[in-house]
Amino acid sequence: MDSDKEREDSCFKGASGESSSTSRPCDHHEDESLLLSEDGEARRRFLKKTLLAGGGLAAANLLLHYQANASAQTRAAANVASTQASASALTIPVTLRVNGRSYPLQLEPSVTLLDALRERVGLTGSKKGCDRGQCGACTVLADGRRINSCLALAAAYEGAEITTVEGLARGDELHPVQAAFIRHDGFQCGYCTPGQIMSAVGLLHEGCPPGMTVRECMSGNICRCGAYNGILAAIEEARGAKA
Amino acid sequence: MNQFTYKRATSSAEAVREVAGNRNAKFLAGGTNLVDLMKMNVQQPDELVDINRLALKKIERTPAGLRVGALVTNSDVANNQLVRENFPALSEALLAGASPQLRNMATVGGNLLQRTRCYYFMDTTFPCNKRVPGSGCSAIPGFNRIHAIIGASDKCIAVHPSDMAVALAALDAVVNVEGANGARQIPITDFHRLPGDTPNVDTNLRADELIVSVDLPSSAFAKRSGYLKIRDRAQYAFALVSVAAALDIQQGRINAARLALGGVAHKPWRSLDAEKILTGAQANEQTFRAAADAVVKDAVPQKHNAFKIELARRAVVRALTDVANRRAGGAA
Repeated sequence: MDSDKEREDSCFKGASGESSSTSRPCDHHEDESLLLSEDGEARRRFLKKTLLAGGGLAAANLLLHYQANASAQTRAAANVASTQASASALTIPVTLRVNGRSYPLQLEPSVTLLDALRERVGLTGSKKGCDRGQCGACTVLADGRRINSCLALAAAYEGAEITTVEGLARGDELHPVQAAFIRHDGFQCGYCTPGQIMSAVGLLHEGCPPGMTVRECMSGNICRCGAYNGILAAIEEARGAKA
Repeated sequence: MNQFTYKRATSSAEAVREVAGNRNAKFLAGGTNLVDLMKMNVQQPDELVDINRLALKKIERTPAGLRVGALVTNSDVANNQLVRENFPALSEALLAGASPQLRNMATVGGNLLQRTRCYYFMDTTFPCNKRVPGSGCSAIPGFNRIHAIIGASDKCIAVHPSDMAVALAALDAVVNVEGANGARQIPITDFHRLPGDTPNVDTNLRADELIVSVDLPSSAFAKRSGYLKIRDRAQYAFALVSVAAALDIQQGRINAARLALGGVAHKPWRSLDAEKILTGAQANEQTFRAAADAVVKDAVPQKHNAFKIELARRAVVRALTDVANRRAGGAA
């Protein structure tokens, strides 16, 4: 599909040596898709190899980032005593449906949906804010309803249609809520923003119960920068446009 | 979080068998409290039995009223038309709790079983009789602003955090459970326990028992009911004090009344003394004040929560006044 190809072109490939404007690894790169069924350790080694081949300053910075993660992952993997290339006794096969695609993974049952999305599927748009279900930065949609992915176990969400912020736009065409956030200055640092946007999309789909305000219906998403007025204005516009 | 085995149950019987066979196994539904506690190592089951595929997701009429499946999400219960019309306090209580995301994940059964938010309970570096029997209570000599004023013991002063459970207590709900020894019914007022000498035991549910549904009996007072929640923030905070009130009023006279408080005790606090005062009396401020005084008559303040006594008194009067002023059969 054309939009798929566009998404591939805009993600970080590394081999070409170009510095990339996004740090999102391609989630459908030919070689990488083979590794989606293996654990995160093997996937990070692949990316590291690709970066070495590519070179470039941005790539080198990315290399440091992935090296740090790789060593953390190695320590974690050593603690858990999982094998590298094949399923260990402690992991189970879990296929996640995310943004319309299937991702066959091999996961420990303790892996949250948030960590699975970020660390294994490579979709880092959903953020880890509090990791306790209190800030909403991790908000995604499961079957159209918003949830805190940090408190969701990935294994328990096999079969659900998950939508993340990466799944909202159609190629270059932003989702109306995304466009409204830009028009109404609905963010400063941007860290809460994916969660705010997903929560707003979920709110428009679920509806706000009679007697409750939009503020109340967005109470699960906090913004340290205090961009609430812009966020609300964006949602009001999107809601008006929908109605 | 500790590693654990993950199993999916395809029937209630299978789920019960699995948990009955492993005392360190727990049921997994929405996970919004369990996964949180596991991240903090407060609870460390070695097996989770995922019950999310069980057929416990309906809200159905029964001859006596309504039966709500244990896996119905908090959002779905709150937004259900039959609940809103016939048990408005339940809808209001649910919408007063948590956040939209959490309400979409949390289930009826899990909400009943959620554990206290006492910060000493949730922090494994502090002694806590609920977490480790006999280790001591850190809240009694510590910061106890959010703790109990009624029914506490010298072992534990925690409060039950659920809004839904308070409304259910006022609505005479009955909890249907299935266990290794068969099915039974537990009236909501017998479901949660006072701490006594065993604060580590929150409920009278046996370890192998699975909540399958909650029955709500229809009544005139249920139709004219409401929930008032007082908290430090306008949204997304637990109750300091909350009140579920239900009144059957005919020509200004209270024929039947139910009153339950949250935020004040280890379980939703039904005040039978207050209900006696209300029943047969005129629905006016004098009656409501008398009922409120009865509710807090035996309240015992901790070092930091004496304000809750007067707050509870005023909240009861406000809640009863609000409910008396509204028409029956509509959530506010």
